[in-house]
Amino acid sequence: MSKVLVILETAGGQLRPHCLPGITCAAEIARATGKPLHLLVLGAQPDAAAQAIATAGYGAAAVHTLAAPALEPFTAEAWADAIVHAARTLGASVIGGTASSTLRDALPRAAAILDAPLVSEVVKVKSGDTFVRPVSAGRALQDQKVNAGTFFFTARGTEFEPAQPAGAAPVQAVAAAAVNTRGAAVKGVQKTESSRPQLTEAKVIVSGGRGMREGANFKILEQLTDLLGGALGASRAATDAGMVPADLQVGQTGKIVAPELYFAVAISGAIQHLAGMKGSKTIVAINKDAEAPIFQVADYGLVAKWEEAVPRLIELIKARKGAA
Amino acid sequence: MKILVCVKRIPDPDESLKFAGGGLDYSASKWVPNAFDEYAIETALRLAEVVGGTQRLAEVIVLGIGPESQRQQLTQFLAMGADRGVIVDADPDKLDTATVSKLIAAVFKKEACDLLIAGKLSQDNEGGQVPQRVAGLLDVPQASFAATVEWDQAGKALTVGREVDDGVEVKRVPLPAVVSVDLRIVLPKSVKNGSTPATHAYQEGPRLASLKGITMAKRKPVAVLKPSDLGVAVGNNEQVVGVAAPPARKAGQKVKTVEELFEKLTKEAKVI
Ligand SMILES: Cc1cc2nc3c(=O)[nH]c(=O)nc-3n(C[C@H](O)[C@H](O)[C@H](O)COP(=O)(O)OP(=O)(O)OC[C@H]3O[C@@H](n4cnc5c(N)ncnc54)[C@H](O)[C@@H]3O)c2cc1C
Ligand SMILES: Nc1ncnc2c1ncn2[C@@H]1O[C@H](COP(=O)(O)O)[C@@H](O)[C@H]1O
Repeated sequence: MSKVLVILETAGGQLRPHCLPGITCAAEIARATGKPLHLLVLGAQPDAAAQAIATAGYGAAAVHTLAAPALEPFTAEAWADAIVHAARTLGASVIGGTASSTLRDALPRAAAILDAPLVSEVVKVKSGDTFVRPVSAGRALQDQKVNAGTFFFTARGTEFEPAQPAGAAPVQAVAAAAVNTRGAAVKGVQKTESSRPQLTEAKVIVSGGRGMREGANFKILEQLTDLLGGALGASRAATDAGMVPADLQVGQTGKIVAPELYFAVAISGAIQHLAGMKGSKTIVAINKDAEAPIFQVADYGLVAKWEEAVPRLIELIKARKGAA
Repeated sequence: MKILVCVKRIPDPDESLKFAGGGLDYSASKWVPNAFDEYAIETALRLAEVVGGTQRLAEVIVLGIGPESQRQQLTQFLAMGADRGVIVDADPDKLDTATVSKLIAAVFKKEACDLLIAGKLSQDNEGGQVPQRVAGLLDVPQASFAATVEWDQAGKALTVGREVDDGVEVKRVPLPAVVSVDLRIVLPKSVKNGSTPATHAYQEGPRLASLKGITMAKRKPVAVLKPSDLGVAVGNNEQVVGVAAPPARKAGQKVKTVEELFEKLTKEAKVI
């Protein structure tokens, strides 16, 4: 029987949390198509992570593993080989997962090899073959229908709840396959070390824009961020100017985020920025220009200079914390 | 070395969208090249040129898929400095993503290219998948979301800094290969071709066409092909069945002071 297969990412023997919304989206597709949900863990030694995942189960019929040394570090080439092999061996006809930089890289390649369509950045499952996805920097929502027996999808992580544990599932190994990197070699990831939560997982985000003027001024936003236990973000103008690392960029081409509380400080609110944060529950904008478009999406807008507003806000929060 | 660059024409993203009859009405739109494709051509030109010299290290071919009569975006790339163009004459609205990818792969093979440079995303339909698909069809390595590219001419390989979720991944790919470019590829020092001086800083962003470039572009050859010339059958394994405006956020409020903001956040929204 054909299956819905979710491709998972792991680190240190554990599921990476950003994969959980992708499982939820897949479970909805499974329900809509009447096909069972299956999970796949790829890696050099995927067993430990697969066991941990199988304990939680997430409503899947089985957790499959496919082991090959070439699967670590991640390359789209080797992963696409493995995904194609697993899809064929297991008879999967819907293949996908959360739209991370990993799956955005590997899944289209696998889809092309199987000559299957891929619906990217699904925000809603309308039926077993029709999905809603944002286009044009989130200014329109498109209903896309697939006319194919096999198709791929990526799910936008902010639009589906994280999958919950739901009773153990068995672990099954997929027989080894020929996977290779086509001569590509990964020399490591230069990571931005941070003790703060991941942007895509944070409950509070404080973002700064061009109006912060220089990197040193982000110190004050970091203070606010840390007081609220949040993550630091930025607009493209701020990252391009080198004020903060590029991976803090929020927007159409950066991280898509939807925290409980989003501060946009000295950010004008270009559509490409809005595309990445419009889904936030409460949006606060602090900008000296009363006409800035960010105020059109802000729940609370304060026309002020950050130099005055942010230190005062920090004082007030500290005073409240002190009193509590 | 032969570099193929894709250009997709898109409705100007700065214009507001017109919803009509369950779809988007682009009949009055101004058409512009996809911004990421402008970054792609800039990347190709930086790889191909010797700073301060006239020697060319690569031939740069631009490929557009779209109606023959609407080749303006392709001409714009020729004016920036690409050597020649290829148009696959087809109505892009009638092509699915799989077919577009097959057409690009077929041109790459026909021209015996060494490198495809494409944008990482089309700003209109935001598929984010064509370059990776082409790499899969060609069975060559890929480096998606490139922020830096360094060409090792002797080693026939590229070292690419890729923007990934938790930082920048460094990946070396032997040629032939497919690269998709991200925003930061057009920063002043993002592209090096082995002879680019370490100190050289390009002007940020894609270059403007010079007057001479614009004149010369008219004389540069542009081949026009049909999908059938490339042996590609047009498929329709996906279709758009509806388009709607996203729900608007409910109107917010302006607060006058930081104290008022703090009050609202603690008592009304209860988020801090
Ligand atoms: C293809 C493409 C993709 C893009 N992707 C993204 C993306 O993913 N994310 C993104 O953010 N952008 C993206 N952009 C860029 C986007 O179009 C804007 O250029 C960018 O978001 C502007 O950043 P900004 O708001 O910080 O700067 P600006 O637009 O310059 O705004 C600065 C703001 O700071 C305010 N200000 C100045 N001084 C102060 C002060 N002292 N106190 C308070 N306020 C002050 C000003 O009033 C102004 O509103 C993309 C662009 C393109 C073409
Ligand atoms: N119709 C097209 N013609 C030429 N290039 C295209 C076309 N569609 C997509 N591309 C290329 O593929 C990239 C990614 O597109 P997409 O997968 O649609 O987001 C674009 O930036 C272009 O370089």
